[in-house]
Amino acid sequence: MGEVRLQDVSKRFRMRVGQEVQTVQALDRVSFSVAEGEIVALIGPSGCGKTTALRIVMGLELATSGQVQVDGVAVTGCGHDRGLVFQHAQLLPWLTARQNVMFGLEMKGMRGRELMDTAMRYLALVGLTASADRRPHQLSGGMQQRVGIARALAIDPKVLLMDEPFGALDAQTREVLQAELLDIHARTGKTILFVTHDLDEAILLADRVVVLRAGVVETILAVPLPRARGDLGQLRGTEAFAAARHDVWRALHGTVPVPHASAVH
Amino acid sequence: MAEVSERIKASEAAEPVRSTGHAVPPWVITLGSVVVLLLLWEFFGRNINPIFGSYPTAIAQAAWEITVSGELGQAALQSLQAFVLGFGLSIVIGVPLGLVIGRFWVVEAALGLYVTAGNAMPLVALVPLLILWLGLGFKVKVAIVLLMSVFPIAINTWLGVAAVPKTLIEVGRTFVASNTTILRRIVLPATVPYIMAGIRLAVGRAVVAMIIAEFFTSISGLGAIVITAANNFETATMFVPIILLMVLALGLNALIGWAEHKVAPWQAEISDRN
Ligand SMILES: Nc1ncnc2c1ncn2[C@@H]1O[C@H](COP(=O)(O)OP(=O)(O)OP(=O)(O)O)[C@@H](O)[C@H]1O
Ligand SMILES: [Mg+2]
Repeated sequence: MGEVRLQDVSKRFRMRVGQEVQTVQALDRVSFSVAEGEIVALIGPSGCGKTTALRIVMGLELATSGQVQVDGVAVTGCGHDRGLVFQHAQLLPWLTARQNVMFGLEMKGMRGRELMDTAMRYLALVGLTASADRRPHQLSGGMQQRVGIARALAIDPKVLLMDEPFGALDAQTREVLQAELLDIHARTGKTILFVTHDLDEAILLADRVVVLRAGVVETILAVPLPRARGDLGQLRGTEAFAAARHDVWRALHGTVPVPHASAVH
Repeated sequence: MAEVSERIKASEAAEPVRSTGHAVPPWVITLGSVVVLLLLWEFFGRNINPIFGSYPTAIAQAAWEITVSGELGQAALQSLQAFVLGFGLSIVIGVPLGLVIGRFWVVEAALGLYVTAGNAMPLVALVPLLILWLGLGFKVKVAIVLLMSVFPIAINTWLGVAAVPKTLIEVGRTFVASNTTILRRIVLPATVPYIMAGIRLAVGRAVVAMIIAEFFTSISGLGAIVITAANNFETATMFVPIILLMVLALGLNALIGWAEHKVAPWQAEISDRN
């Protein structure tokens, strides 16, 4: 369970800019699917429609045409089967880290001890046990983002949608959480669709990479690495990773890439 | 997983959470300002015909007299009862009203104009009519206080709801919160600073409303003392309730600030004021 399918999804935004009404074609007949238990990375330049695509899958935004199906059922709104990690955490500022995680769980109907324990378990997962009672403004940007990840994971959705989840994190924390995400995936078999700017991250984590450009799916590439990725730090140094990275880079830019730092020797 | 949270130094934790960093505490400056004002008033006030004006020591003496006689206490009690009930009602009605108008466009379309127009209503002109309906007693005072303060509270709440970032609402929607849950658990807390600002505005208007009501009815309360003293050319006595009301408004303002800190402690920490 947890198969996501986008069929000819288009999204046009109309907006007033000064005197005139402009329309933006954020997505143009986007079709791809994420198989049950698969990890798909959505990459592309800024403004190409990645967030929009994710929001439509979440049900926050309605497609202008086309449709999204989760397990064969058309998406018409938000649901507990999908969890979204926002691009900028979006914590509720008046709630503590723990209460923010609890909020999602309460909406799912969880109460009492179980509610407390589950929230703390997921905060521990993202390494924030000691900061559970802080409010968002008392947390760093990266810590806020981790609370956002814990909040989405805690409701145990079948499909996890993540909008640049690790973008605001330092390299070390990012690696820890990347490994953690793969670990969660190995344990739970969740379907994961995530947006990233980071090509390495896409290759490290994803089974397939969907390349979006100006609202159009440019290519979809399979990452030629086995699912059990093992130690990510080691993986970065391997020939296989360098080769996969090279392939995707070529597809993205159509030219020969600058050699990856860990691949030159 | 490795502990990635930052270390908290014991010395940091022991430091005071918030220091204003002023060389002189603000209350010293406030007190100094009040003393200077009173001295100036005393000095210049003594040279004025006591019918046209008064000065602090004379007012203090008048205050002492009507306090000892019990007149002031009784009047203040009468006024305050009407004030507290009317103002309490205006919060209980104004906040939910502002919330639903701000949140639901149908309600906005249906009721928004009454609230906007009501805020500009020349209430003084309507007081005689209200007296015809409700008599000269307690009820009319409550009604006038309510009518004067409910609109600023509703309008500010409404504005506050309109200013709630869409992204916060989307957090609620993402977790499939119902409309009422979003209203109660997201919109309401996000609107607290606006509601508090509305209540602050309304306090001043409610105090004025109460005195207007008592001018018209002029049989009870602090307003009645003002009217009676004015008619008897007892200017010093007339000032007593006026000053008492101003002090009361300051006290209420402080109380609201305190309440704001209680219900929205995050707000003071987010905003950068010093
Ligand atoms: N609510 C909106 N109203 C009008 N235009 C919008 C809206 N949301 C997005 N757009 C436009 O749609 C396009 C795609 O935006 P989107 O946020 O999906 O980009 P993105 O790929 O996520 O970019 P980034 O990597 O910078 O986050 C942009 O041109 C943006 O200006
Ligand atoms: Mg984006």
